Amino acid sequence: MSLTDQEVRHIAKLARIELPDAELERTRSHLNSMLGLIEQLQAIDTTGVEPMAHATELVLRLREDRVTESDRRAAYQAVAPAVEDGLYLVPKVIE
Amino acid sequence: MSSPETVKSLAAKLAAGEASAVELAQDYLARIRAANAALNAYVELNDEQTLTEARAADALRAEGRAGLLTGVPIAHKDIFCQTGWHARCGSKMLESFAAPYDAGLIERSRAAGLVTLGRTNMDEFAMGSTNESSYYGAVRNPWNTDHVPGGSSGGSAAAIAAGLAPAASGTDTGGSIRQPAAFCGISGIKPTYGVVSRWGMIAYASSLDQGGPMARTAEDCALLLNAFAGFDERDSTSLQRPAEDYTRALAQPLAGLRIGVPKEFFGDGMSADVRAAVEAALATFRTLGAVTVEVSLPRSGMAVPAYYVIAPAEASSNLSRFDGVRYGYRAPEYGNLDDMYAKTRAQGFGAEVKRRILIGTYVLSHGYYDAYYLQAQKVRRLIAEDYEAAFAQCDLIMGPTTPNTAYRIGQNDEDPLAMYLGDIYTTSINLAGLPGMSIPAGFGADGLPVGLQIVGRWFDEARMLGAAHQFQQATDWHLRTPEN
Repeated sequence: MSLTDQEVRHIAKLARIELPDAELERTRSHLNSMLGLIEQLQAIDTTGVEPMAHATELVLRLREDRVTESDRRAAYQAVAPAVEDGLYLVPKVIE
Repeated sequence: MSSPETVKSLAAKLAAGEASAVELAQDYLARIRAANAALNAYVELNDEQTLTEARAADALRAEGRAGLLTGVPIAHKDIFCQTGWHARCGSKMLESFAAPYDAGLIERSRAAGLVTLGRTNMDEFAMGSTNESSYYGAVRNPWNTDHVPGGSSGGSAAAIAAGLAPAASGTDTGGSIRQPAAFCGISGIKPTYGVVSRWGMIAYASSLDQGGPMARTAEDCALLLNAFAGFDERDSTSLQRPAEDYTRALAQPLAGLRIGVPKEFFGDGMSADVRAAVEAALATFRTLGAVTVEVSLPRSGMAVPAYYVIAPAEASSNLSRFDGVRYGYRAPEYGNLDDMYAKTRAQGFGAEVKRRILIGTYVLSHGYYDAYYLQAQKVRRLIAEDYEAAFAQCDLIMGPTTPNTAYRIGQNDEDPLAMYLGDIYTTSINLAGLPGMSIPAGFGADGLPVGLQIVGRWFDEARMLGAAHQFQQATDWHLRTPEN
């Protein structure tokens, strides 16, 4: 199968990546060649095979219910593009 | 020809008082200043920071509290968060980012007394096999600057090959330690998944990512792995295991060692000179007493396709954190919140990263999840089972690290698939979670290095390092430098 322009636009929207018209054709062509590669997987019979999500069969550890993090808000916010009074600034979402 | 400096030789110099950590650091910094412009292996240098670490190492030694590696210089891949340094991860997205904390590997490097020389260049977010996707420019291969050093840990490999660092950290998601080690003629090991902490290591594909050491020799890799390995409760996939000494099998003779040689790794895609070098290396192992047995990994041809579903899927999720809100780049002009995300990510990510996020988004999207993602995870299990079956017949598996020597710069510009397929021998090891390493095994017709890949069972790093060390006692490929 191969992706249409419309599908590529939709994927870019889902991924929150602006895709200018000038880049559409090249992007579509690269994605289609990647799809051609991964389509080879369809030829493998995987009936009854358990999916392997991870390299190790992990059981998530539990930890004691106690505070382990110190308050480093200032340090973490120092690397943010826009903050004010300890808050991250973004364009207005709710009118 | 004088032997190049190694971690071991520098540690001995420091212990004997023949050099101080400050002197070593200054010596390396001078070499880097002279050679880095031509190679672009380092993306950040900070002499004051380096010398502060070196002075602290010398002070420890003066107090009689030095460890084996105290004062030995090391370069760190720009993917590890490290206070005092930027962590740009090869991306415009993180151009301004300086981490407010140390990665687990960095903490351990500091605790061992290793002195940071600088931060090494890499493919953007570790996505690439040539180092050409770095926003900070391509790295050049010290053996021939018209060629790539490999990737994604290409800056680390080039720095070691050029004598600009005795050791470096790297990370490996589909071959990113082993392939550049092969292309640059050095040694590097990707440990078993979960052995080295991923805390503070900027994530690409979390179920595959693993950090590890790169150096000139297998012995150095063992010494560094002793420093880097260990449980970290902040990494949910870090393994709680008793500490082990990765140098313990270095002196072990190879008599009786069974080396499995996968017939699928010697197929049509492999160049004649790589085949000749790898076969000569296997012959050397036989003269050292090992026996080689043919094994089969029937599904290994599916490793690259499975990798290019699983890794991009995980990347599309991991890299959603780069939204222009909490750290890194934000587009200068935008409308609403969605527009800010879309413009920030369009401007902050390079072409290869966008491709992988987009394909990852697609394979996870409604209606395609079962056909692609779930199918890839099932194939992943079959690939892991192939290794399990092969290891019933042998102790280690060996073969080529790459089908060819280093690409020319620009060779794969319009054909990313050709680059992806070059990872045919390395990706399956990450999918299975196994430890893998690459050591120098000669040169191709073009004079560029060839790597031998050694794969072990889970947690069999000591045996792999031992076999590699024995090989390096019998050969001198690892001592060759572009200058001699």
